[in-house]
Amino acid sequence: MLMGYSLGDIGSIMAMQGFAGLSLFSVFLLMALGLAIIFGQMGVINMAHGEFMILGAYVTYMTSQVFTTYLPSLFAIYFFVAVVLAFCVAGALGMLVEWALIRHLYRRPLDTLLATWGLSLILQQVYRSVFGAREVGVDQPEWMMGAASMTDTIQIPINGLIVMALTAVISVFVFLLIYWMGWGKRVRAVMSNRAMAGAVGIDTEFVDRVTFGIGCGIAGVAGSAFTMIGSTSPTAGQLYIVDTFLVVVFGGAQSLLGTIASAFTISQARSTMEFFLSGSMAQVIVLLTVVGILMLRPQGLFVLKVRR
Amino acid sequence: MTFLNRKDIAAIAILAVLLLAVLPLCLDPFRLNLVGKYLTYGFVALGLVLCWGDAGILSLGQGIFFGLGGYCMAMYLKLEASSPEATKIQSTPGIPDFMDWNQITSLPLFWRPFHSLAFTIVAVPLVPVLLALIIGLAMFKRRVGGTYFAIITQAVAAILTILIIGQQGYTGGVNGITDLRTLNGWDIRPDHAKIVLYFINGGLLIVCVLLAQFVRRSKLGRILVAMRDKEDRVRFSGYDVANFKIFVFCLAAGLAAIGGAMFTLQVGFMSPSFVGIVPSIEMVIFCAVGGRTSIFGAIYGALTVNWARTTFSEGLPQLWLFAMGSLFILVVVVFPDGLAGIYRRYLDPLVDRMLPPVRRRIPVAAVAETPQVSPTFAE
Repeated sequence: MLMGYSLGDIGSIMAMQGFAGLSLFSVFLLMALGLAIIFGQMGVINMAHGEFMILGAYVTYMTSQVFTTYLPSLFAIYFFVAVVLAFCVAGALGMLVEWALIRHLYRRPLDTLLATWGLSLILQQVYRSVFGAREVGVDQPEWMMGAASMTDTIQIPINGLIVMALTAVISVFVFLLIYWMGWGKRVRAVMSNRAMAGAVGIDTEFVDRVTFGIGCGIAGVAGSAFTMIGSTSPTAGQLYIVDTFLVVVFGGAQSLLGTIASAFTISQARSTMEFFLSGSMAQVIVLLTVVGILMLRPQGLFVLKVRR
Repeated sequence: MTFLNRKDIAAIAILAVLLLAVLPLCLDPFRLNLVGKYLTYGFVALGLVLCWGDAGILSLGQGIFFGLGGYCMAMYLKLEASSPEATKIQSTPGIPDFMDWNQITSLPLFWRPFHSLAFTIVAVPLVPVLLALIIGLAMFKRRVGGTYFAIITQAVAAILTILIIGQQGYTGGVNGITDLRTLNGWDIRPDHAKIVLYFINGGLLIVCVLLAQFVRRSKLGRILVAMRDKEDRVRFSGYDVANFKIFVFCLAAGLAAIGGAMFTLQVGFMSPSFVGIVPSIEMVIFCAVGGRTSIFGAIYGALTVNWARTTFSEGLPQLWLFAMGSLFILVVVVFPDGLAGIYRRYLDPLVDRMLPPVRRRIPVAAVAETPQVSPTFAE
């Protein structure tokens, strides 16, 4: 496996691939956090989650275009505006979808899968009609393009650092939301017994809608982060949806800590192996391992004692 | 034929007449070949009715089994098409062309048995069923079901696709296995061969319908439905729920594999685009549109959706995804039982009124054994 690299080189490669893995980890984690809320807490299988992410990516793309045309002086900070916009747009669409579609299907979780798949097809075609089938990439402001040199051989891209920071903020926010504020309790109450939750004074429809909206909004933020590591195309979301579901299931669907741990493991394993093997084989080996572990331990890495 | 009531016999007769007489007479060979292609999805839909509609196990990996069946058949056909004489311009004659392009100099070990037609015919259902058995044993024995099962099968479909695309030299990569010519010396490319294959396909489908109906009307079929509705109660009654689930999952896999092999024969190639997540979900949709609890509904669903897809993509390709997406949403939200549900609600009572009443020749004790109503009404 050494293939003529010296030990020091291997160290640097591991560090740099590791950091490349961290960018992937950020996108995975943001996707997975949104899905952990929607799937883990609410029990809805949202196959259109990838399309919400791509929506965020397109919002980021449009914001960058608008800033280049009308506000070139403020271009340096457009990314932060784009993140907020992506959250709002994806969240709003999420709430609309919940109102129009998902609320009719809470009793049939498997059917949400089919319905949201239909939704994802429609969204893909919308993107294709509006933005064209070709991939689009965003221009990054100059200060984000650079790299911080840690040592002579290890260089770390700044946009990766920003995406990491963003991910950390969102993770803390989700943690507070689910475990510290009453919100998570209300969501779980609604899911475990809708009628009873309504009887004790929880506005179940409001809880559903806002929770779904937040999950989709976080997917939108993932889209913003995604523009930093890849180019956006109408079908890019589909490539990530299975990985994301695996991340959530692998971590243990109800456990946010598990989601973080599994997103980290999967993205790091993939990124590190990609350097030595071809990309597709790295992906196959990681997915196979995850599926294998899930067959031995179906409840995932971290188990919360939750009443089903 | 105790497992068929009068309506089943009528429905099978209508299906047989439609597939084996009406369509071949009305359509030109090109269109007939297309219908044959759609019907191969009918096999998958049939399996899904048993697995998903009856037993409540949603598999998002039927494309795996469809693809494996298809690939087994394609490997045999490809080996026959790459005899040393036909491939003498290659640097290594006698191996498939894509292997030669990928600098592979000898036939890989797992390709070798596919020289034999008998082995291939056994392998077509057996390889997918074995994989289904492994997945089923690992999952159902640990009481994993529902959404988790769906996601894992989906992941397996993703893995298989990536593997096939990545291992170009062994599998033909993203192009798949193409340029298939003869089946045991018989050219499958001309129109008359396609018509013969269409009839074989239609006949096999009818046989599989009979098999599926037999399973559904047996005691096993009723246990499957009971399991879907109240799994714990079935378990507490002393049945080993996992084994029933594994059986029905394997059966569905085998049916899908037959469809895949027929697909390869009729279309003339096999590629990873029929294996992955997207085709797998589409197969579920065919079944859902037709009606997940009706065998005939599922077959008509596969025909209708595919026909609509061809029509749309010929005329208005950009509208196709909109139409398909809206169709899914509509079917799931408004008509959960699909076409069959509409039929049952509006047409079935009419049919009942038109048929003369059944004369009960069955002794009273046996009545409990012959359900007059299909078990799917038990909701």
